[in-house]
Amino acid sequence: MKILVTAKRIPDPDENLKIANGAIDTSASKWVPNAFDEYAVETALRLAEHVGSKDRLAEIVVLSICPKDKKQHLTQFLAMGADRGIIVDADDTALDAQSVAKLIAGVFKKESCDLLIAGKLSQDAEGNEVAQRVAGLLNLPQATFGATVNWNRDGKTLAVAREVEDGVETKQIPLPSVLSVDLRIVLPTSVVNNATAADHKYQEGPRLASLRGITMAKRKKVDVLTPADLGVSAGLGVALAGVQPPPARAAGQIVESPEQLVEKLATEAKVL
Amino acid sequence: MSKVLVIVETSASDIKPQSLPGITAGKAIADKSGGELHLLVLGASPDAAAAAVAAKGYGATAVHTIAHAELEPMTAEAWGDAIAHAVKSLGATAFGGTATSTLRDVVPRVAAVLDAPMAGEITGVVAGDTFAREVSAGRAIVQLKMSAAPFGFTARASDFEPPAEGGTPSVSAIAAPEISKRGATVLSLEKTESARPALTEADVVVSGGRGMQKGENFKVLEELTDLLGGALGASRAATDAGMVPADLQVGQTGKVVAPNLYFAVAISGAIQHLAGMKGSKTIVAINKDPEAPIFQVADYGLVAKWEDTVPKLIELIKARK
Ligand SMILES: Cc1cc2nc3c(=O)[nH]c(=O)nc-3n(C[C@H](O)[C@H](O)[C@H](O)COP(=O)(O)OP(=O)(O)OC[C@H]3O[C@@H](n4cnc5c(N)ncnc54)[C@H](O)[C@@H]3O)c2cc1C
Ligand SMILES: Nc1ncnc2c1ncn2[C@@H]1O[C@H](COP(=O)(O)O)[C@@H](O)[C@H]1O
Repeated sequence: MKILVTAKRIPDPDENLKIANGAIDTSASKWVPNAFDEYAVETALRLAEHVGSKDRLAEIVVLSICPKDKKQHLTQFLAMGADRGIIVDADDTALDAQSVAKLIAGVFKKESCDLLIAGKLSQDAEGNEVAQRVAGLLNLPQATFGATVNWNRDGKTLAVAREVEDGVETKQIPLPSVLSVDLRIVLPTSVVNNATAADHKYQEGPRLASLRGITMAKRKKVDVLTPADLGVSAGLGVALAGVQPPPARAAGQIVESPEQLVEKLATEAKVL
Repeated sequence: MSKVLVIVETSASDIKPQSLPGITAGKAIADKSGGELHLLVLGASPDAAAAAVAAKGYGATAVHTIAHAELEPMTAEAWGDAIAHAVKSLGATAFGGTATSTLRDVVPRVAAVLDAPMAGEITGVVAGDTFAREVSAGRAIVQLKMSAAPFGFTARASDFEPPAEGGTPSVSAIAAPEISKRGATVLSLEKTESARPALTEADVVVSGGRGMQKGENFKVLEELTDLLGGALGASRAATDAGMVPADLQVGQTGKVVAPNLYFAVAISGAIQHLAGMKGSKTIVAINKDPEAPIFQVADYGLVAKWEDTVPKLIELIKARK
């Protein structure tokens, strides 16, 4: 079993957002991994490891499309425990989602992967489209917005609980296929590989890299490919026509008591 | 001429309300590009639902159906086959609908197959090919221009009113193409049963956060919710802790709501939460920490513990009714 995990770098979401010359200015940004991709790597690790044994049930390859000298985020994932990395050397900030998806699909095929795990969303662009696009391009089944996953190793299927409108759908997909993960995939019992004891509880959230992991990461292989290697010429289906800050809200007021609150809601805001 | 194809979700015999905002967005795209609105109904036997949709009209030129057993229950694989085929055979220049979990699942898949661009969760139609949408947890609004047709779109429900009814669209069937779930099966669908209005449609939303401490403490928020005829919401911290079901989460990765009145109780106001509710008309925050960022977006802030204030609030509102 070979799992490909995609990981995007994003400008630190805790920094102030700067808008300049009709675009979001990231020239001074600190780049960090997209949180959903940390969850995707954690999902892959939980699928691959047999807790309490040295067996590994899958190889994990982490892929990022970014300039090759900007790969710190990838190092973090190798330190968490992924086996190796691939960089597709390109300016990710200038690529549209279809080009990104074509590059990912190209690597998936080149590496003969069994499963792609992607984040459901990049925190900056919020496209929520790359994983679905890759599934479409590869003509594979997809389970998006996964909150839990149960890997049936004999049947070569995944049962994925997906957060849908007003409820939870459980969808079974055969491998090879595409999975995108939502926040709750990193709760303590969300990932089941039927090797690790059923009552095993993971930490909440993605694991931190250990010191040993950080040392090991430096020795792990990271291949660098170009879009041309994958036969992809980047198009641009979407053009940025402008950027604005959100409308500001009028300053609010602090009220002293529930009585005053109800009074103001009724007479001032007229919402009661 | 442009032809905007909106995919509507239906029950056996009628449109689902969640599909309505997508029709409004589709109509705006059609109007701004001097084109026609077309609607698409998919299912094993979609005729009754399509007739109900056509009876309301929604300003559409035509209602199209594709019937195939594999289209139920909905899967992105089978729906993707049907939608891509409909776009091609009708020569649609745009395709999409409301940003429901269904269309957020399938529209990008179709866009990929058609090598098309798309704009997801649009909040406004600037021109027939240019859309506004929020990025980076609502900290910026970008305008995206589609450089090719067809293109895909999904529309954020809270930003589009339900469409006006009217007109008499034709109803016709498109012969089903090859449709396959590609081995995927839906094992179960657990709906969160609730007598309350849907979060994205409610006039009032009462949300609780980590400071509620445990699920049973939400009872008092439910009481306030029902008193106001609203819907219950929550922060990620509350849903992750299992205090309430996950589909109540409001925020960047949950539901985006814009009710008349929003209560944030024991919620700190992280940027990802604000992304889901700062479009609300009136925001009330109740938090014991005067420094909580939620007070920066609140119209009315009450620095207090919920235990000491929410029961009192209920009493006072009851007294007014
Ligand atoms: C990728 C990503 C996506 C995310 N998406 C979302 C999302 O969609 N929605 C979302 O909500 N979050 C989201 N988050 C999480 C978000 O960053 C915050 O962690 C979360 O919103 C915090 O929830 P909270 O305000 O309930 O908890 P906390 O931040 O812990 O705040 C609890 C508040 O309760 C107050 N309090 C405690 N006791 C009382 C009391 N007795 N009475 C009154 N007040 C009290 C405290 O003063 C505090 O302000 C996301 C995070 C990431 C990384
Ligand atoms: N430049 C990139 N490199 C690697 N993965 C990416 C890149 N852009 C997007 N992805 C993946 O696609 C997911 C969804 O992104 P988006 O569709 O932009 O919201 C992310 O969580 C990543 O897993």
